[in-house]
Amino acid sequence: MMPMLPGVELSPLAGAVPAWRGEADATRWLAGCEALAQAGARLAALWASEAHDRSPDYRVYALLVAYEGLVCLELPVTERSPSYPDLSQLFPAAARMQRAAFDMVGVRAQRPDGSIPDARPWLRHGAWPESAFPLRRGFDAAGHTAAEPDQYPFVRVEGEGVHEIPVGPVHAGTIEPGHFRFSIVGEKVLRLEERLGYKHKGIEKRFTELGLAEGARLAGRISGDSTVAYAWAYAMALESLTGTQPSARALGLRALLLERERVANHLGDLGYLGNDCALAFGFAQFWRMKEDLLRSNQAFFGHRYLMDRVVPGGVARDVDAAAARALIDEALRLKDELRTMRSIYYNHAGMQDRCITTGRLTPRTAARLGIVGLAARASGLAMDARAHPGYAPYDGLPPKVASHRNGDVAARIVVRFEEAFESLRLQRVILERLAEGALRVPLGAAPEGAFGLGWVEGWRGEVLIALEAGAEGRIRRCHPHDPSWQNWPALEHAVIGNIVPDFPLINKSFNLSYSGQDL
Amino acid sequence: MYRLLKQIAKVGILSEPAPAPDEALRVIGQRLDAAVLRHFGRALAIRHVDAGSCNGCELEIHAANSPYYNLEGLGIKFVASPRHADLLLVTGPVSRNMEEALRRTYEATPEPKLVVAIGDCGCDGGVFGESYASCGRISNVIPVDVAVPGCPPTPSAILQGILTAVSASRRDRTEI
Repeated sequence: MMPMLPGVELSPLAGAVPAWRGEADATRWLAGCEALAQAGARLAALWASEAHDRSPDYRVYALLVAYEGLVCLELPVTERSPSYPDLSQLFPAAARMQRAAFDMVGVRAQRPDGSIPDARPWLRHGAWPESAFPLRRGFDAAGHTAAEPDQYPFVRVEGEGVHEIPVGPVHAGTIEPGHFRFSIVGEKVLRLEERLGYKHKGIEKRFTELGLAEGARLAGRISGDSTVAYAWAYAMALESLTGTQPSARALGLRALLLERERVANHLGDLGYLGNDCALAFGFAQFWRMKEDLLRSNQAFFGHRYLMDRVVPGGVARDVDAAAARALIDEALRLKDELRTMRSIYYNHAGMQDRCITTGRLTPRTAARLGIVGLAARASGLAMDARAHPGYAPYDGLPPKVASHRNGDVAARIVVRFEEAFESLRLQRVILERLAEGALRVPLGAAPEGAFGLGWVEGWRGEVLIALEAGAEGRIRRCHPHDPSWQNWPALEHAVIGNIVPDFPLINKSFNLSYSGQDL
Repeated sequence: MYRLLKQIAKVGILSEPAPAPDEALRVIGQRLDAAVLRHFGRALAIRHVDAGSCNGCELEIHAANSPYYNLEGLGIKFVASPRHADLLLVTGPVSRNMEEALRRTYEATPEPKLVVAIGDCGCDGGVFGESYASCGRISNVIPVDVAVPGCPPTPSAILQGILTAVSASRRDRTEI
């Protein structure tokens, strides 16, 4: 069923997920976003690009998740006034995406009174000047290598006894780089301000130098811990724009790989959450379980993290009957071990004391911020793209959506346990019902300008890929979107009023990607 | 508590033998003399720096800390500051936004020191290459002693790279 949007003509996009796109002028674009927001839609992603290979115009894309599915609203922007209506009042998550869109393409979000909501750069730190935009065609990469001094105005908190703790970009553990600025009184956090973008390595620009098929390998390295989710979302987008339908067997195997990625990451996080509560036993046990899983990934699929196993048109590796039996046995064994560990975690007084009420994100705040994925489900928002709107093969084996109301570290632990159990069940069902079919089908033609979307519920949350074909099978534009865009700002809220020493635990309970949002 | 102890007893000790050093991984000739390496080879403090990776290499560095690899048993320990470190374990291509932070981390590490670059991107820029936002390989920014290829390299390969960097001490050990 198509969402009704007065003043905007929507046309359906072919592919695995229900999706529509429509073009509108600034007034109707904003009205369309408002109408969808009123009907309960949330912002999935926002990005900009140069409109066509020879035209000087730009285009701003707002991708929303409505009840019916994805709605991509596109706004052409002329060069004379490269600005568009600010969406951050409607969707707070838009704020950083709008800043990134300016850094990359040079189009500004503007409020009705002409003011700019937040003019600070986000992905640009000083590696290229403010007047240059990497995703414009005239951008001279070689001309901008001289670093500018990097000055970033953090928001200052003033008052008696307030002081700042700057942390990062190089952190104390094996963590990705980012900067956290804590304003504290005593031990209590009054405010946390994040500054990210340290890992920006030009992924979107790199995509424009690749062919459509080649892009899959890069997509699988946007956030290594979600390589299956990204590779599937990329394949889904490419299959959508070429009108390709992978076989039921390939789709089943993709889901198997995605669920193995989910379980591996949940096991690793559960181990680290124990470790951060000084329960080293938890780390040792969960990382043993995770290592066993990774080794069996290597044995059955040829890669410990399953990189490059999902390919456009299908999958790269098959599973025979003996392997299916072994994988089912592994899932059953893991379920029993996970039960033991859950009982130990849930009955460990020290751990419960550290986790319950720590880092709370209330359902109300979570909904207002428009957060996604695992963290959203731990804060009462029971949404999961596998279950709704659902896509093949999940529509045939609807997953049970885990959810919790408390929104604290403990709730995010509970959701991880529940999802790991459900994921192991799904793996068994997928393996038992694996249909016959081609492992990989050839891709259809990719006409210049064709547009496709991919939408996959990874372990952290929804991963989206928007892909536009250029001439001769090249990529004109690929915008990957990580769930961390929505959830990083939520972490700033979750730590308010907590003590500084609990930050690593709260941060770990979200476990967001730096690489995925820095691009 | 009973269940916890029972689980420990049931799982037992899983540590596997460490891999042998591999001279093929060495990028520049031995910079440190054998006397220094003898000390590093027994109590090595490592500081990990992610200079712009996709986080895949970090997954394997975490995995190297799992019970199978028994890092601490080999005298290897990850530390929280470059000022406490003997060896920097660097992943990435080096993003231009991390270039200065990596240089400063290198400078903050006391002499004598070693650098091990991890992963295809650390070795040659990988899929990201060199661009307006990426400096490419680690050795474009700081000196690298040993480079470990792989996307991502396995925990054994990472461990092998670390042991290669301090391998003079391993060769000398029998002489003591």
